[in-house]
Amino acid sequence: MSDIRLRNVRKVYPGAAEATIPGLSLDIGAGELCVLVGPSGCGKSTLLRMVAGLEEVTDGEINIAGRQVNDLEPARRDISMVFQNYALYPHMTVHGNMAYGLKNRGMPKAEIAEKVGTAARMLGLADYLDRKPRQLSGGQRQRVAMGRAIVREPAAFLFDEPLSNLDAKLRVKTRVEIRDLQQRLGTTSIYVTHDQQEAMTLADTLVVMNAGRVEQIGPPMEIYARPASLFVAGFIGSPPMNVLAPGTGAALATAAGIERAAGHAVVGVRPEDLRAQPGGPLAVTVRVVERLGATANVHGVLDDGASEVIASLSGTDLPGPGEVMHLGVNPADLHLFDHASGQRLECAGA
Amino acid sequence: MARLVALEVHVLTKKVTFSHRWLPYLLVAPQIAITLVFFIWPASQALYQSVLRQDAFGLKTEYVGLANFAKLFNDPLYLQSFYTTITFSALVAGVSMAVALVLAVMADRVVRQATTYRTLLIWPYAVAPAVAGVLWWFLFNPTIGIAAYALDALGYDWNHYVDGGDAMTLIVVAASWRQVSYNFLFFLAGLQAIPKSLTEAAAIDGAGPLKRFVTIQLPLLSPTVFFLLVVNVVYAFFETFGVVHATTDGGPGQATTILVYKVWRDAFQGLNLGSSAAQSVVLMAIVIALTAIQFRFIERKVEY
Ligand SMILES: Nc1ncnc2c1ncn2[C@@H]1O[C@H](COP(=O)(O)OP(=O)(O)OP(=O)(O)O)[C@@H](O)[C@H]1O
Ligand SMILES: [Mg+2]
Repeated sequence: MSDIRLRNVRKVYPGAAEATIPGLSLDIGAGELCVLVGPSGCGKSTLLRMVAGLEEVTDGEINIAGRQVNDLEPARRDISMVFQNYALYPHMTVHGNMAYGLKNRGMPKAEIAEKVGTAARMLGLADYLDRKPRQLSGGQRQRVAMGRAIVREPAAFLFDEPLSNLDAKLRVKTRVEIRDLQQRLGTTSIYVTHDQQEAMTLADTLVVMNAGRVEQIGPPMEIYARPASLFVAGFIGSPPMNVLAPGTGAALATAAGIERAAGHAVVGVRPEDLRAQPGGPLAVTVRVVERLGATANVHGVLDDGASEVIASLSGTDLPGPGEVMHLGVNPADLHLFDHASGQRLECAGA
Repeated sequence: MARLVALEVHVLTKKVTFSHRWLPYLLVAPQIAITLVFFIWPASQALYQSVLRQDAFGLKTEYVGLANFAKLFNDPLYLQSFYTTITFSALVAGVSMAVALVLAVMADRVVRQATTYRTLLIWPYAVAPAVAGVLWWFLFNPTIGIAAYALDALGYDWNHYVDGGDAMTLIVVAASWRQVSYNFLFFLAGLQAIPKSLTEAAAIDGAGPLKRFVTIQLPLLSPTVFFLLVVNVVYAFFETFGVVHATTDGGPGQATTILVYKVWRDAFQGLNLGSSAAQSVVLMAIVIALTAIQFRFIERKVEY
C-alpha cells in the first residue's frame, strides 16, 4: 500500500518551445484509483510516463511509497503499467509474458508458476497459458496485459487508456473488472483516459487536465455537481452542459433571484437538469430528438436565436422536430461562471 | 457457384484486364528478352558445356557424360576451394551482419527517424565490388597501404601476398564492407518496426538494455536475421569475384580461391572449359537451393 506524490512536476520535451506540463502537483492516497482525464494532447500520457520512469522529469519531484523516484530506472520504481496497445511480447506465450518480469527479478521457477497460475485463474486465462498473443481475442489480450501487471504485486498500477482498443460492450464489462480487481488488490493506481464516462465510473479521485494543467481535482460526483470552470463543465457530463447566451442566462438567473449574474456571468445548465414545463422560461424550437431508451436528448435552439440547448428528458410524450417546447430549471441547478476567466462563481442566492 | 468463386478470385487478386490480346505479352517482352540473353542462354550453355570435353587445341569436342563432375569432386583442389568458400561466406555473413547489427542498434537508440544516418550508410553499397576491392587493396598493400603501415606500427607484419590468413582477412573485410550498409538498412528497419512500448514494457519488467536486446529485440528480429543470412551467403558465393580479382587473385597459393573465382580461372587461364562449366552448374544448383529455402521461409511467414 502506498501513495504517489507529485510536487511541481514540469516537463519540457527537448526542442519544444513550451512546457507540455508547466508544473503540476498531485497527491494520490494509498489504495486509491486516480483517473486523469482530459482532451487529446493535454499531457496525460506524458505525466503517466514520467511516473513510470519512461520519460525524464524536467523539474519537480515524484514520490512513490515515500521514496523519491526521479532518478530511478523504471524497473526499480516498483510499478507496473498497462499500455494502450497492451505491448505483449509477441514471441512469448501468455505464461511467458506474465512470467517475464518475475524471471528478470530472479524469482525461483516454482514460485513463478504459482503466481502466474493464481493471476491467470483470477483473470480467467488459465486455459490460455500456452497460447501466443496473436492467438487471443482483443479482450483476452487486454487481460494478459492486466495479468502481467498484477503478478509482480507492485506498489502502483499505471494504466494508459487500457480499454480504448476494445469494442463498446467489452469496454464497459472490462471497466467493471478492472475496478473490482483494483479494489480487491487495494493497489494505488493511476488511470489515464479521455473517455469521461470511464473516468466518472472508475475514479476515487478524478483529475481533469487541460493543456498540462490541473483544472479540477476531486471525487467524480463532486466535480460533476460543482465543476470549477467552464472547461470542466463542458468536459464532464454527457451530453455536455448547456452554456446560455449572456442575455438569456442573465434573465434566467435574475428570475431565479441570483443577482450576480447580471453583468459578467455565464450561465450553464446540465441537460439532465432541464425539464418540460408548460410556460417555462426557456422556449426551445426542437431540431432533433435522439431516443436513447430510458431518456431522449432533445436538441434545439432557444428563442434568443443564439443558444443551442440539449435537454435530456424522460417520458414518451416528446415533441417532434420544428415544434416549440417550454423548459424549466430548478434555480439550484444553475451553474455560474465568470465571463472572463471561465471560473466558477458561487451563487449566493441558490 | 463456380462462377461466384471465379468472380471472387477476380476481385481479390485485382486482376487487370487488357483490351488488346497482345499488349500484356508486349509489356513483359523486354524482361523476358533480358532473362533469355543474360541468364537462360548462358545457363544452358554451361549445362551443355559441362557434359563435353575439348582437347587442348580446341579442335575436337566429345561428349563425356558426367565425367567432368566426377573428376571435379575427386579433385582435392576443388574440394579445398569449396571449403575456402564456406569459410569465406560464413565470415562475410557473420562479420557484415554483426557490424551492421551493432550500428543499427546504436542508430535506433539515437534517432528514431535516422534518415541522415541511413543515407550516409547506404553509400558503400553504391560502390562497385571491384572498386571496393581496389580501395582495400590500396589500403592493405604491404608496401604502400596505410592500413598495412598502421598494422606494422602496431607490431603486426601484414602481408597478404605471403600469408593465407592475411589474404582471407583482406577479402573478408573487402567483401563485408559493402554488405554492412545493406544489412544495416534492414536491421534498422526491423528494429524500428518493433513497437517502442515493447521495450518499455520490458524495461518496467526489470530487463536491462542487454537483456532487452537478447530477449525481446533479437527474437523479433529473427526473420530479418534469417533473410539477411541467405542474402549474404548468396552474395559471398556469387558476387565476390570482383573483390578477389582486385585484391588477392585467389592467392597466395589457393588460400583465397573461392568457387566463383576458380570458375573464371579454370576457364580463362586454365582453358579447361568442361570443368569450368561443370563448376558453374554446381554453383547454379547452390543458388537455386538457397533461393528455394528463402522462398519456403517467406511463405511460412514469421515464426512467433
Ligand atoms: N516524445 C515527444 N516529444 C515531443 N513532444 C511530445 C512527445 N510526446 C508527446 N509530446 C507532446 O506533448 C503533448 C502531450 O502529449 P501526451 O501524449 O501526453 O498527450 P495525451 O494527453 O496523452 O493525449 P492522448 O489522449 O491523445 O493520448 C502533445 O502536444 C504532444 O505533441
Ligand atoms: Mg495518451
